[in-house]
Amino acid sequence: MEMNGARIVIESLIKEGVDTVFGYPGGAIMNVYDELYKASGKLKHILAKHEQGAVHMADGYARSSGKVGVAFVTSGPGITNAVTGIATAYTDSVPLIVISGQVPTFAIGTDAFQEVDAVGITRPITKHNFLVKDVKDLAYIIKEAFYLAKSGRPGPVHIDLPKDVTVGKTKFNYPEKIELKTYKPTYKGNKRAIKRAAEAIIKAKRPVFYIGGGSVLSGAYQLVRELVKITQIPAVETLMARGVLRYDDPLLLGMVGMHGTYAANMAMNDADLIISLGARFDDRVTGKLDEFAKNADIVHIDIDPSQIGKVVETKYPIVGDVKLVLEEMLPLIVEKVDPKRYEEWRKILNRYKELYPLTYSDSDEVIKPQWVIEKTGEILPEDAIITTDVGQHQMWTAQFYPFTYPRQLITSGGLGTMGFGFPAALGAKKANPNRVVVNFSGDGSIMMNIQEVLTGYRYNLPVINIILNNNYLGMVRQWQTMFYEDRLSETDLSDVQPDFVKLAESMGGIGYRVSKKEDFVKALEDALNQNKVAFIDVQVDRREDVLPMVPPNSPLKNMLIFKEDK
Amino acid sequence: MKRIISVIVENEHGVLARVVNMFAARGYNITSLTVAPIPNSEFSRMTIMSEGDPKVFEQIVKQLYKLIPVYKVIESDDFIEKEMAMVKFPLKDVKDNLADIDAIARCYNGHISNVNDKNIVVSVVDRPDRIDNFLKAMQAKFKNLEIVRSGVSVIER
Ligand SMILES: Cc1ncc(C[n+]2csc(CCOP(=O)(O)OP(=O)(O)O)c2C)c(N)n1
Ligand SMILES: [Mg+2]
Repeated sequence: MEMNGARIVIESLIKEGVDTVFGYPGGAIMNVYDELYKASGKLKHILAKHEQGAVHMADGYARSSGKVGVAFVTSGPGITNAVTGIATAYTDSVPLIVISGQVPTFAIGTDAFQEVDAVGITRPITKHNFLVKDVKDLAYIIKEAFYLAKSGRPGPVHIDLPKDVTVGKTKFNYPEKIELKTYKPTYKGNKRAIKRAAEAIIKAKRPVFYIGGGSVLSGAYQLVRELVKITQIPAVETLMARGVLRYDDPLLLGMVGMHGTYAANMAMNDADLIISLGARFDDRVTGKLDEFAKNADIVHIDIDPSQIGKVVETKYPIVGDVKLVLEEMLPLIVEKVDPKRYEEWRKILNRYKELYPLTYSDSDEVIKPQWVIEKTGEILPEDAIITTDVGQHQMWTAQFYPFTYPRQLITSGGLGTMGFGFPAALGAKKANPNRVVVNFSGDGSIMMNIQEVLTGYRYNLPVINIILNNNYLGMVRQWQTMFYEDRLSETDLSDVQPDFVKLAESMGGIGYRVSKKEDFVKALEDALNQNKVAFIDVQVDRREDVLPMVPPNSPLKNMLIFKEDK
Repeated sequence: MKRIISVIVENEHGVLARVVNMFAARGYNITSLTVAPIPNSEFSRMTIMSEGDPKVFEQIVKQLYKLIPVYKVIESDDFIEKEMAMVKFPLKDVKDNLADIDAIARCYNGHISNVNDKNIVVSVVDRPDRIDNFLKAMQAKFKNLEIVRSGVSVIER
């Protein structure tokens, strides 16, 4: 059947099983919105209040469901507003399709109204991008875009769609399968490499599993849990991997890296074998590189070959999907492993755990932010989805929330995008209408996409924002205190706080202001029954620091553990 | 360390920009770059001369493979390397015989390509290090020398 390009977009998305698109219209993409209208509800659309919000929503939708998130934006300012959202998804390997309008092909290059070199801008922040020049290529490109977004190491794909291409007509034929000559991700690991790695694990004296986001993306968590249980080898998690092991797994040493636990970091420091399960040795994890894991050999399982050997010398490289590799590896280990072998090692690490547990000094006068997170963990159902913004509150959430399964924590790890948490929570709620979704935010971050309260109101996406309000850009303030002799340059927000209660109410939400512990519990319980976007503005101890901490460019073992007395 | 790689890429919109941007974004050098379509195929061949230690090169190759339109990256210690160079100098600067200049050019697989009332153009094709020698010889002779180098192309033996 002959169709115009705009209709082809809609029909292709339906063929891909997409049910919801997040977006914002404008001149260059109007034809697509017209066909969306005509499709009358076959494809739902969430109109955000800002393109950045729309892309973060698609991202939260994707991360929470494992599906591909889709966003529409217009040309020029539409796509430039989307850039932060795309880059956020790219650094955390989130599968997205972003379709932007573009000026007509004949106007490209003329500095036309709302023309920007969109594919030029998104090239370094997408897995791949396309400028569609002919409507005949459109269906194939959409198919290819979906395939690229979700296969191999996932990531966002951007399609730039000139207006005349949306008008042009052709026969619609959605390809069933796709085969690309130049792109063939490796899923199955090399058998011999797997065998060698398994032997290294069995022979190691002080091995540690270093669990990363790849374990989440490949859906390997059950295998990882089994592997840990059978071998009794201790494990650490990156920020992106929180929840792969249950928080109460006795072999979980906690999060690793700058704000990781002492035991987790010492395990990496003292290990003789580090087994990366889809973790990429980020600088926030390794600390000072020259002194990282000096006595350890490395096993690195990753679907992206460019991650292996990028940061650390890798003796046992395995390119492949974590899940498929573990399926091969597990039987080889089960046969021969002797969990008693690591008993001495476990004892040492447990000593570290007891010596320096994650802790804070609670108070009855002021609310400690860590208390809020722990308390929330007690109150919420186990299947609640947690998103965060970026700052101290993000690290406290990663440290203190009791995560029980992967994809439960949705946070901007790689890019560290303030303003991510709330729209991501709305997207997650759209994908999981029956689950509680809570965003832990800060008084700085929440302002960066606060306009989306209206979106939550309009589409009935009741998510709860718990604002850990320290009246500071807290994380920057902490660094100023620690490394800049407490010169608080432009981080004190105490004179510039909005009334979050009124702010929420003005856009159809509900607000609470809390400065006593009892009131917090009441507010949260009330918010859970409200079916509205909620802000709980919790006034917390202003000067609390995120601890322990590996100071920037220090070795992992040199952690600051206690607050220095001032 | 100087190294040469050949990259086979799909002929599609922006592919050159993708490759070049990747080098720029990751701080890798490009010393020279040549590109042309491979006849009767949907591919082009890019030859890139770059600098860096082996670890950097390993990353360059992996990052190239990560680009979707990259089909193949060829690294070899057994390339035949060729580069073309053209030099132009004023006729009036020629002190000795034109035949001598032609003789030098022929040592480097070249010849005098053009002579008009003002200038002489000599072109040669040879290994990059030999091109360096040729240019040194010419620079010693002619102060007023315009040089164009094509960048290196390679093929495996
Ligand atoms: C878009 C963006 N701008 C700036 C930063 C730098 N930054 C990191 S944390 C932070 C402070 C965040 O303050 P707040 O949201 O109140 O969280 P807190 O640290 O106080 O918990 C800033 C400014 C960032 N990560 N993202
Ligand atoms: Mg704050």
